[in-house]
Amino acid sequence: MAAPAKRVEQLDRVVIRFAGDSGDGMQLTGDRFTSETAQLGNDISTLPNFPAEIRAPAGTLPGVSSFQVHFADYDILTPGDAPNVLVAMNPAALKANLADLPAGADIIVNTDEFTRRNLAKVGYQVSPLEDGSLESYAVHPVALTSMTVGALAELGVSKKDAERAKNMFALGLLSWMYSRPFESTLRFLERKFAKRPDLVVVNKTALQAGWNYGETTEAFTVRYEVKPAKMRPGTYRNITGNQALALGLVASAVRSKLPLFLGAYPITPASDILHELSKHKRFGVTTVQAEDEIAAIGAALGASYGGALGVTTTSGPGVALKSETISLAIALELPLVIVDVQRAGPSTGMPTKTEQADLNMALYGRHGEAPLAVIAPRSPSDCFHAALEASRIALTYRTPVILLSDNYVANGSEPWSLPSVDELPDISVAFTTAPNAPDGHFLPYLRDPETLARPWAIPGTPGLEHRIGGLEKADKTGDISYDPANHEHMVRIRQARIDAIPVPDVDVEDPEENARVLVLGWGSTYGPIGAACRALRQRGLSIAQAHLRHLAPLPANLGEVLAAYEKVVVPEMNLGQLASVIRSKFLIDAVPFNQVNGLPFTAATLESMLEDVVKNG
Amino acid sequence: MANPVAVKLTAKDFKSDQEVRWCPGCGDYAILAAVQQFMPELGIPRENIVFVSGIGCSSRFPYYMNTYGLHSIHGRAPAIATGLSTSRPDLSVWVVTGDGDALSIGGNHLIHALRRNVNLKILLFNNRIYGLTKGQYSPTSEIGKITKSTPAGSADSPFNPLSLALGAEATFVARTIDSDRKHLQSVLRAAAAHEGSAFVEIYQNCNIFNDGAFDLIKDADSRDEHLIRLEQGKPITFGADDRFSVVHPEGSFGLKVQEGGTAIVHDATVDDPAYAFALSRLSGSELTTTPIGVFRDVPRPSYDEIVRKQVLDARSQIDGTPEEMLNNLLNAGDTWTIL
Repeated sequence: MAAPAKRVEQLDRVVIRFAGDSGDGMQLTGDRFTSETAQLGNDISTLPNFPAEIRAPAGTLPGVSSFQVHFADYDILTPGDAPNVLVAMNPAALKANLADLPAGADIIVNTDEFTRRNLAKVGYQVSPLEDGSLESYAVHPVALTSMTVGALAELGVSKKDAERAKNMFALGLLSWMYSRPFESTLRFLERKFAKRPDLVVVNKTALQAGWNYGETTEAFTVRYEVKPAKMRPGTYRNITGNQALALGLVASAVRSKLPLFLGAYPITPASDILHELSKHKRFGVTTVQAEDEIAAIGAALGASYGGALGVTTTSGPGVALKSETISLAIALELPLVIVDVQRAGPSTGMPTKTEQADLNMALYGRHGEAPLAVIAPRSPSDCFHAALEASRIALTYRTPVILLSDNYVANGSEPWSLPSVDELPDISVAFTTAPNAPDGHFLPYLRDPETLARPWAIPGTPGLEHRIGGLEKADKTGDISYDPANHEHMVRIRQARIDAIPVPDVDVEDPEENARVLVLGWGSTYGPIGAACRALRQRGLSIAQAHLRHLAPLPANLGEVLAAYEKVVVPEMNLGQLASVIRSKFLIDAVPFNQVNGLPFTAATLESMLEDVVKNG
Repeated sequence: MANPVAVKLTAKDFKSDQEVRWCPGCGDYAILAAVQQFMPELGIPRENIVFVSGIGCSSRFPYYMNTYGLHSIHGRAPAIATGLSTSRPDLSVWVVTGDGDALSIGGNHLIHALRRNVNLKILLFNNRIYGLTKGQYSPTSEIGKITKSTPAGSADSPFNPLSLALGAEATFVARTIDSDRKHLQSVLRAAAAHEGSAFVEIYQNCNIFNDGAFDLIKDADSRDEHLIRLEQGKPITFGADDRFSVVHPEGSFGLKVQEGGTAIVHDATVDDPAYAFALSRLSGSELTTTPIGVFRDVPRPSYDEIVRKQVLDARSQIDGTPEEMLNNLLNAGDTWTIL
């Protein structure tokens, strides 16, 4: 019997959340769906959400892992506030995510996992599939596991291997529902299981079976299409923040013509940068997995001293441990890039959840007067450019730079318009090779009058042998000095040289040019703030948006920008750290708006807050 | 180890223009003079030599050497030197540290540098006291030590630095004494010739806070009865007329000292660190039978060499200019084009 023809509906945007047990392969499923979607030309934004436990007890709420993908036929800024579709692989996944669903959302449930035992694990007395509690949703019960096993019956694989392929069945079904071509996933499976051809067949078969099920079943009557978005011409790839950051560091090595040295200690959510960089040794990248966070930055600083671009990557707890070495780098005035992929703290906090609460630590968290440069990327792909900018500042101004990424941008993904390598900035600097004093001596702390940077004279350079260290140094000679006037001078010049780093002016988006309220953000909140501003403007309200990439030094025009608005609102995923900086530096009544629940702002939250400020002052 | 280049230098060439500011009578002066006098032997240009230190009296050492020098932070010199040495194979990198710096605050970095076999020459000046902070007990102070911070005597058992280094399977382990310039230089010579980590403990007298700590093995009237000079290929005997022997009692895991008997023949190249460890156990805090010399000297590829080889192997796959390669890397994976 021929399959009944299915109705095709056009949608402008869809938010799908894949949720299951942390062993169910939801991250992979989401990732593949995203890749298929990206190649169709939709704009996309993704948000993975997973527990820190590698395998929490199966079927429990703490073990739920999810991946949300938002795709549209226009340009989008966030992974979406509320899913239109939830794929729930077990009762825990349903229970953990149900509250986020708007009425009318589609729920695809794997009925095979709705056993008495699994229901009891998450406190369901009666199956929600049977008690009418899901009436306001469009529930699609699918026996995902048993149909997968059935489809693989003839392959003679173990029950375990067959059951594990149920995520591919789900992917096949969703690919059918949203008209996504899955050829790239077939190629992906061939690469991933190159050493297990049997698993290539298993997964491909399950994927195809899921697609076929969608096409033939009467349970799904509608198929959807989302047309490509109008995006700027160019070549794109989907990229996460951590990947982009690692590639930005490789690009920094190429554009500085220096070897890149990464000292790192594994820590969530920064480890993927170490993993990625360790694959790129042919670019002259050396990665050392050190014995601890302190050794990691120590090795990076030692490499910088020797003439490499030294980098260390970590998260908040690691930065705390590195703090003393960062101060040494400030005293030595050597280039160093410190990447902090922020997570919810304090202490171990919630390692897989996001937060922006390390800004104070980045700006102030050291002993003594210890200024450095701080920058933050605004989106996953922006991590690439932020890494290059951090390297440029570190090399040109011989200073440590803290790059504040966070879990939201690090693990989120979006389409990235690939830059032309030739147009990337040249960030090369020259080592000092000859004495710099008229009498033929070498003065390691004689500064470049323009950049205030000291000479970078690396070991191996004849005639420039010199000693530097953490003790206060005499101006110019670098000799140990306890002279009061000299210390005062050195403290002030270390501050002055950071303050004098030229950074681009901050742009203001104020299309009507009549806004009274400015919303000022930094780092990863760019997407939700931007989406909220757009929504307000569509409703005829005026609001201005400015977003900071440079947190130290701040853009020179910032005071002027802030003064032009009656009200400045500062949304942050902390308790008001940037807002405090703004209030103290510019003496304005900046209004903090704060969320510290480990999750990114939703656009809706910000829209309603900003609407209130715009309307009621 | 950097390739020696024929350069004629003298001890004077290694003296920096900085005034040496250790306490008069400090054992560090003797070590500094011995190192400066030894350095020309290396045949390495000064610019290719780097001294890296942590914090403490000994860690001022780099300021006085007319080479490249980095006086860093407490305990971290081995970590910083690891980054430098790994990224700069052309350099000869020396770490100068003390018992507090290396064994207390920096213990972790020391053992990891040693187990990795990073190409560093590590000189640990052991005076069994904190000097720069004015006289607290250190991780090598004898148990019961009365100091400013332990008026009732310290409760900690001390580290035996050589046992610790051997526990980390250091490939070169030696001990020498500040006042014995000839012996000190012979140990430096062997350390410099070793590829990988060379760990040298130097007994150093702090005449202000722990004066006379090593007198038993320094004074002319006692040392011969207590000091055991290890020499490669020679039976380990000491005392007047070699009356004491280091022997391996049957059925025992360790070595012991006895009068007469068949002394074992010293071989620092024994691969199993158990032998050198047994030697290191002959002396404790009391120093009554203290070996000096090279305990262990075995070949093993250095960490630097292994890491560098991985980079060099990867670089042999270079298929274009760095910019072309970067362009390929950025465009790798699933891409799509919008016209």
